[in-house]
Amino acid sequence: MTTRKVRVLVAKPGLDGHDRGAKVVARALRDAGFEVIYTGIRQTPDMIAEAALQEDVDVVGLSILSGAHMALVPAVQKALKKVGLEDVVLLVGGIIPDEDVEALHKMGVQGVFGPGTSTQEIVDFIHQQLGLEPA
Amino acid sequence: MSSPDLETVDGLLAAVENGNRRALARIISHIENGTELARPLLAGLYARGGRAHIIGVTGAPGTGKSTLVNAMTQIYRQRGITVGVIAVDPTSPFSGGALLGDRVRMRDLAGDPGVFIRSMATRGSLGGLAQATADVALVLDAAGFQRIIIETVGVGQSEVEIASTAHTTVVVEAPGLGDEVQAIKAGILEIADVFAVNKADREGADRTVMALKMMLSLGVPEKFQVMHHGRMLPVTMPASDKDPEAWTPPIFKTIATQSKGVTELVDGIEAHRLYLEQSGARLLRERLRAATELRMLLRDALLNRVLDNAATESIDALVEAVANRELDPYTAVNRLIAETGCIDS
Ligand SMILES: Nc1nc2c(ncn2[C@@H]2O[C@H](COP(=O)(O)OP(=O)(O)OP(=O)(O)O)[C@@H](O)[C@H]2O)c(=O)[nH]1
Ligand SMILES: [Mg+2]
Repeated sequence: MTTRKVRVLVAKPGLDGHDRGAKVVARALRDAGFEVIYTGIRQTPDMIAEAALQEDVDVVGLSILSGAHMALVPAVQKALKKVGLEDVVLLVGGIIPDEDVEALHKMGVQGVFGPGTSTQEIVDFIHQQLGLEPA
Repeated sequence: MSSPDLETVDGLLAAVENGNRRALARIISHIENGTELARPLLAGLYARGGRAHIIGVTGAPGTGKSTLVNAMTQIYRQRGITVGVIAVDPTSPFSGGALLGDRVRMRDLAGDPGVFIRSMATRGSLGGLAQATADVALVLDAAGFQRIIIETVGVGQSEVEIASTAHTTVVVEAPGLGDEVQAIKAGILEIADVFAVNKADREGADRTVMALKMMLSLGVPEKFQVMHHGRMLPVTMPASDKDPEAWTPPIFKTIATQSKGVTELVDGIEAHRLYLEQSGARLLRERLRAATELRMLLRDALLNRVLDNAATESIDALVEAVANRELDPYTAVNRLIAETGCIDS
């Protein structure tokens, strides 16, 4: 009996301590049938990569409200690469100015979601990235 | 260095033997997902298992289990002992998804190669969960982790079943709100080898300790009988080292957030480990566990074989006949077995 579940790590890198948004997304992903590993605030890039590896996740979602995304995202990517997880689907949510969205895509971030995004959009995006039928 | 092959059974087994943590994580996923690699992987790992001491940590939601696991693991690490953690949280019955949040309280363990933490969702299956947890524990055991701590929310039968995987079960209580009553309801007192009364910085911890002591003296009379028994026959059978039941669960007050009392708790767990080894109870438990496991797997395998071989129509027809009282279920089962020819009757 094979019961594959999509596993998603939701993490907050950097120093800002607000995780309400991240928790809302985490709950929405659970309600969409995903197994969500929530790691909490103030995660270093290495902590995120290590958790992603141990939990064998398909997707890493970063919530960044501090405005430091242009520094934090490459640092997380580097840490993921170091543990051999460069192929994991990477999503970034938070307050991201339009001009940075394109830059993040260029860095290899698959999905960038601003404050107005509905959680359903994120769910659909993950399904599409992993080549799954929507539930 | 060529990158290890993480797609095949042999590749995964070789990699995990070399300490490859990615391989370890992948193997656990295969087992959780029940892929076709799961069985050969478990078969390949089995001979290397059986060395770890498995500790179950269970208790009502929010009693501080994860915080305690974090503190306990730090103490084990100070002693040079490696630790694998399995943190189980419930799957939502509505969506099939799960929110696994225990890692939030275990951030002090990050970056330590002597620790491996895996979050697991219950995924709905009752007996299956206990088996899946035992299998994941086997993977960590075979990978060389010396203590394996399994955190489960102690609210139902499935959690009690998981405790049967553990050598030492720690039941976590916290002061207030009728915790004692909850514990009895879940049948949790019976499975406890060690108690932790956590949140001892809060009002009422001493009362919880008293309540536990009282319930222990009322609720688990065999242990006291054994002691009397031992005292009555001190020459032929000293209870302390002959009778596997002669263990009275100690109670420790802890403040997990400040790591207070946790050294004593770990010492208590280790005392139980030594007790199990020296009394022969560990061997007995392993044998019981093996017997239960074999029986369960055999039942599953035979059931699947019959179901795979029987035509769906004939099963449907038999169900219909039994429901209409045209046929009794015993005869129906015999017919099914005869028809599929799986077992000579
Ligand atoms: N005052 C006090 N709070 C504690 C103590 N231990 C844990 N807590 C707090 O209790 C809350 C729950 O702690 P967790 O470790 O998540 O509890 P848990 O039993 O793992 O919770 P679930 O996994 O959700 O069932 C957190 O806010 C902890 O900081 C303690 O000894 N004293
Ligand atoms: Mg917990």
